Amino acid sequence: MNLLLRNLGFRVIQWLNFIGRSGYFFVQMVVKSSWYRGFTQDVYKQIYQLGFQSLGIITVSALFIGLVLSLQGIHTLEKFGALSQLGPMIALSILREMGPVISALLFSGRACSALTAEIGLLKASDQLDALKMMGIDPIVRVIIPRFWSGVIGLPLLNILFCAVAIVGGYWYCTHQMMLDSGMFWANTQNAVSWELDIKNGIIKSIVFAVLLLWIALYQGLNCTPTANGISKATTRTVVLGALCVLGSDFILTALMIGDW
Amino acid sequence: MLKQRQEWIYSAVGLFVVLSGLALVFLIFQVSGVKYVHKMKTYDVYANFNDIGGLRVHAPVTISGVRIGEVASIRLDPNALSAKVTLRLERSQQIPFDDINARILTEGLLGANYISIIPGFDNPNGEHPFLSSGDMIAKTQDAMILENLIGQLLFNAKK
Repeated sequence: MNLLLRNLGFRVIQWLNFIGRSGYFFVQMVVKSSWYRGFTQDVYKQIYQLGFQSLGIITVSALFIGLVLSLQGIHTLEKFGALSQLGPMIALSILREMGPVISALLFSGRACSALTAEIGLLKASDQLDALKMMGIDPIVRVIIPRFWSGVIGLPLLNILFCAVAIVGGYWYCTHQMMLDSGMFWANTQNAVSWELDIKNGIIKSIVFAVLLLWIALYQGLNCTPTANGISKATTRTVVLGALCVLGSDFILTALMIGDW
Repeated sequence: MLKQRQEWIYSAVGLFVVLSGLALVFLIFQVSGVKYVHKMKTYDVYANFNDIGGLRVHAPVTISGVRIGEVASIRLDPNALSAKVTLRLERSQQIPFDDINARILTEGLLGANYISIIPGFDNPNGEHPFLSSGDMIAKTQDAMILENLIGQLLFNAKK
């Protein structure tokens, strides 16, 4: 009994320690951003790796999501004779939910896991310590360019995801199901607003990007520098990332839904 | 070799940003349909309705089905306890004022509500020939509420 309590207490203290350390890491990351001088090529290289190289998976999955939504929508709306509402259904569900959330989940699997593994390996091969010995702060040199390029990259990917998915859904229901394209766009334009739908989607995506990058970089920097430790940290990045994205999505939606 | 790779990274990032910019333009203009990029000259008129049904701000205002403006705001008139709707109309079209009439209609059976204005008599020599800023449209017809209609039908059927 005593041992059980002691274990429980240890776990709680460990958890609180984790929260505190990750919060401190985040504050450090934000504050030291103003110290960041030069190295703009790093940011470019990271946007290339995190953003450009994710284009393939993002656009292809967006296309399929659009097609599936269109197919499901036709099947369901046909029963009510409400096929004219297909365009709004596709556009709103993608702009409000699917776009930000799915692009964030894909980004977490495609880019954030790689970041954790990369930084973990830098740590395991003592390169971060080498930077410290040269008087270079690894947070400034290694972490910050990755953080900001991710925060820039994910919203851009989200915009592309939404556009490709809507075009995919449009293509399917007009060219395959022979629905009227004028009706599709007219009803969509009536239902979608820039302020409430597109801008809120982009805000969601920025919040997800900050959360995902924070988790990925923290896990990479604080992993146990062994093969096993790096693999565990990578797993944690993806699992925690998905949980945080979906959880914060609920909160953000609850905040935004008042205006809809 | 290294230089070439750096150049490729620049172009790739450029391509990435240009693509997302184009996607954003597509979302704004094709999907959300921002119609008034620059402010058109408009004027406000008012109309009181006893029941606006599902009318929303930004709903279209039409004459003969052609869009001439939108609903700018909906408030509860504190004296009459009816809905005071502000209509923002384009200045380009003059609308005869005598006996003008505004109705709340529905697009199709399940569509959104909009306001249809039926212009009055053409009376260019009258005191107040055309609708102008700040006018109140006196004759209005409320939104059709399906429940009321069904209730009335049942009431009549019983008789």
